[in-house]
Amino acid sequence: MSILLDRDSKVIVQGITGKMARFHTKDMLNYGTNVVGGVVPGKGGETVEGVPVFNTVKEAVAATGANASLVFVPPPFAADSIMEAADAGIKYCVCITDGIPAQDMIRVKRYMYRYPKENRMVLTGPNCAGTISPGKALLGIMPGHIYLQGNIGIIGRSGTLGYEAAAQLKELGLGVSTSVGIGGDPINGSSFMDILKWFEEDPETEVIAMIGEIGGPQEAEAAEYIKHHVTKPVVAYVAGLTAPKGRTMGHAGAIISAFGESASEKVEILSNAGVVVAENPAVIGETIARVVKAKAA
Amino acid sequence: MDIHEYQAKEILSRFGVDVPKGALAYSPEQAQYRARELGGNRWIVKAQIHAGGRGKAGGVQVCDSESEIYAAADDMFGRKLVTHQTGPEGKGVYRVYVESAVNIAREIYLGFVLDRSSQRVMIVASSEGGMEIEEISAERPDSIVRATVEPAVGLQEFQAREIAFKLGMKAGMVQQMVRTLQGCYRAFTELDATMVEINPLVVTGNDRIVALDGKMTFDDNALFRHPQVSELRDKSQEDPRESRAADRGLSYVGLDGNIGCIVNGAGLAMATMDTIKLAGGEPANFLDIGGGATPDRVAKAFNLVTSDKNVQAILVNIFAGINRCDWVAEGVVQALRTNPVDVPVIVRLSGTNVEEGQKIIAQSGLPLIRATTLMEAAERAVGAWKNDLDQNTHVRAV
Repeated sequence: MSILLDRDSKVIVQGITGKMARFHTKDMLNYGTNVVGGVVPGKGGETVEGVPVFNTVKEAVAATGANASLVFVPPPFAADSIMEAADAGIKYCVCITDGIPAQDMIRVKRYMYRYPKENRMVLTGPNCAGTISPGKALLGIMPGHIYLQGNIGIIGRSGTLGYEAAAQLKELGLGVSTSVGIGGDPINGSSFMDILKWFEEDPETEVIAMIGEIGGPQEAEAAEYIKHHVTKPVVAYVAGLTAPKGRTMGHAGAIISAFGESASEKVEILSNAGVVVAENPAVIGETIARVVKAKAA
Repeated sequence: MDIHEYQAKEILSRFGVDVPKGALAYSPEQAQYRARELGGNRWIVKAQIHAGGRGKAGGVQVCDSESEIYAAADDMFGRKLVTHQTGPEGKGVYRVYVESAVNIAREIYLGFVLDRSSQRVMIVASSEGGMEIEEISAERPDSIVRATVEPAVGLQEFQAREIAFKLGMKAGMVQQMVRTLQGCYRAFTELDATMVEINPLVVTGNDRIVALDGKMTFDDNALFRHPQVSELRDKSQEDPRESRAADRGLSYVGLDGNIGCIVNGAGLAMATMDTIKLAGGEPANFLDIGGGATPDRVAKAFNLVTSDKNVQAILVNIFAGINRCDWVAEGVVQALRTNPVDVPVIVRLSGTNVEEGQKIIAQSGLPLIRATTLMEAAERAVGAWKNDLDQNTHVRAV
């Protein structure tokens, strides 16, 4: 098992005819992901990398039975595409797009609540690198070869920092059950807490790693949740100890604007919840390895 | 994107929020003239900068005569105002706003923010206006009233009434307060703001509700659909390096340290800064050149980082995922051949084809210092910087 994504996931790519989307569609196919179609309004009937293109998500779902989607649509139209996926019955959607207006995301989140919980699409991102269940499927833009298959569940806000962690794990011979990018935006589809729930339930995941950063309440909310509901060991790293207050550090959501949003405050809150915190980014892998070993002993 | 007080007031007043009569001036003479146009016998001269805390820094002055207005404006123009929000370098005053004084009976704090917990717009109000919201939450948390707005239907009248009554407004003024709150909310959502703050919102002696100050911040990601908001951008209030970076599609934040950073990805960039600090140095900047890290972007990044005269060593940390390290290494070498830099450069590459990348760096003949792990890179950067300070000569290739 893994969470959100596995070998059986049938994937469509929204915005598949764009240059980036073509490139990553090919990469996902090479990884073994079951990409069954693409959606671009007005380009129905074309093919990209041997994959049929449809005009609407509903058509794509009807023709292919797709249940997962990757959104590569430019920022002004991305929110609309996510809502289209939710309405067409897609179960899991990853949005890669960086630069979606925050109020569009508020609207998306509100829209998704129209659907009863059991039918509601899960969204991760936007502004993320995607999700990978190593050895099974890749739904995103991350380099698949840096992940070994294994028992560590990763949740991260940042793309390349997540790669850094995965590469450190690979170096130590440790593998990943699923790695989920939740993205760097202030309003995102899923929080650390949402993903923690699934990892807690996933029999394949033994240790959970959270890679957080400054800004927003999601690390603190996760800490509260871990205290009461997570039995598996959790390791965390929080980037931005040297980040000044009130400045946006690249990610739209990486800004310290309230109490509890700085890296040192988050480290403290997480430690108090029993989370093992890696002191610096160079030892994320080592710290996880130590926790894995302690668990096995 | 931030705008000036007078611009925020202009916008809010279009949405039905009452503001004092006021006029903008670009010189002391003009300030005097505009006060005469406004009439009355008491005015406030306010320096227009993108930061709060102006009052304490001398950027807000009450004047009772035209000569006082001239003197106040003359004192402000061209000055760099330093407040708790500007940083030590301060912000230059190039415009002042002259406003008719208002008779204040009470002051209220009113803010609209994007609340990341509820993922909605939240209204924050307090009967303790005039103080910063941080101070209010520390000293009078019980005075704070909060309400979140259901995005599908917007701010309802009953919610606005609840806020008005909780703030202790007289029944006869509640409708005015409802109009003010709904106006702010509409301005917030229709123009894609991320923050609207009126501090203070005042009740006057004759029961008017007036916005004495006004602050708006807009979502940079939504500016594409608000050209009239983009026009309000004032580059004189921005760090020139940061605006230059933004114009080139790079994300840069200037800091006080000596070690320049060039990194791909925001999270990895912050992590790199943290590691530098841990190794005993101070980062000079945050810089995310984006996931792709093309040679062209690397070259632009070097130009930007070296334009900071405090930079005494540069740490390049690139994780090549989809791209290959050899390709990124070529980019670094190319950038340095065309634009040589005179400080030590430490390069750490990881990811795909890392050996080939290292080889290119080693064989380039350029004085580049290589590192394998992130910690090693940070230590070498700090070491090179200290060495450089000691000997004033540059470390050659390892």
